[in-house]
Amino acid sequence: MAGQEIEDLVKYLARLPGLGPRSARRAVLQLMRRRESLLDPLSDALQAARDNVKTCSSCGTIDTRDPCTICTDPRRDESVICVVEDVGDLWALERAQAMKGRYHVLGGCLSALDGVGPEELNMSGLRSRCAKPEVSEIIIATNATVEGQTTAHYIMDMLDDTPLKVTRLAHGVPVGGELDYLDDGTLIAAMKSRR
Amino acid sequence: MQWTADALIIDCRPHGESSAIIDVFSRQHGRYMGLVRGGNSRRLRPILQPGNMAQVTWRARLSEHLGTMTLDAGRAYAAEALSDPLLLSGVSSMCAMLQVTSERQAHPRLYDTVMVLLEELGEAEVWLPLLVRFEMALLEEVGFGLDLSCCAATGVTTELTHVSPRSGRAVSLTAAQPYLDQLFDLPNFLLNAQAEAPLEEILAGFTLTGHFLERRVYLPIQLVLPPARQRLIDNIRRLLKN
Repeated sequence: MAGQEIEDLVKYLARLPGLGPRSARRAVLQLMRRRESLLDPLSDALQAARDNVKTCSSCGTIDTRDPCTICTDPRRDESVICVVEDVGDLWALERAQAMKGRYHVLGGCLSALDGVGPEELNMSGLRSRCAKPEVSEIIIATNATVEGQTTAHYIMDMLDDTPLKVTRLAHGVPVGGELDYLDDGTLIAAMKSRR
Repeated sequence: MQWTADALIIDCRPHGESSAIIDVFSRQHGRYMGLVRGGNSRRLRPILQPGNMAQVTWRARLSEHLGTMTLDAGRAYAAEALSDPLLLSGVSSMCAMLQVTSERQAHPRLYDTVMVLLEELGEAEVWLPLLVRFEMALLEEVGFGLDLSCCAATGVTTELTHVSPRSGRAVSLTAAQPYLDQLFDLPNFLLNAQAEAPLEEILAGFTLTGHFLERRVYLPIQLVLPPARQRLIDNIRRLLKN
């Protein structure tokens, strides 16, 4: 239908989450129509990201510097480390401005099905960070799924011999949630962790 | 083709952006897989956690198709287990081990064992022995059941204290004497349902079933025992130490 370069662009855009071949084609059409205002800046931004994005050697998040912006921010509480599964979870907590400490990205969670064991996750990095004297609390913010909670229990066992305070996110009724519409699992978790 | 049944969700993996392929275990149909449209959605993800019960409807044009599944949430056993490492590893281990049962073949006795176990979750002194019994039942269902009815050497039915690692048959204390270091201990609660099951005996039970599951079920299909099972055993050892 179009030249190979355009077809390639459609093909790669269609691989992104939320985009299928049709929506990718529409996006490409927009890019072609608005070359100067959209295509050129996007191309520059992609090139810059490709050249500069690194994985933080301390926490495992992605940023354009190493150590990342969060790890080098002096206003953050270095005594608290929040452990998350993926960079997306870190971004969610940052969006909510819910955490003033630092983070540690595991890069996934324990999953027998996908062959992900502790060796495949950034556990050794967490252990060495926990040994630093300034660290006093670890917040485990893994997902409330069977695999996420299995990972949380594993980390708690791993840090059992340290003097650190280890806490986990609460599970329960979401803000604005009505009991009648909640799933049974959330209700059970909420009732179990009532205070 | 269509059926509806209560089923235990034993596995769920994402398929594409929004769907999921799940593995369920029901009394009438055994282990069945199917595609759940919207299985990755915020509404369905809590229901599709391994260990939860659901009323499942499976539909396909031909029986050999993967088919699609729709679900109504049942009891959320996974949510009940999430906060307890021992329970969570127990439920995860059970779900992982059910995946060795043959697909689309009913195992009603095994299903009943699973249901009794799930009903007793929370009472560690009850569900842990039941989990060992579940593994015994699983061995039996896949054709490698242990014979604990009489001594393999002498035929006596009393004083059965050990199990042969080769034949999977019970051995009496007298016959076991020359081979004590080569035989497995036979926990008393496996012979007498009313007997108490201390944690040491439960560990002995898992050692016994683990040996036969590994040698006779997992190794021939080039798999290893589920990591969740090892975590469960580690958790029991930790309990014993404390």
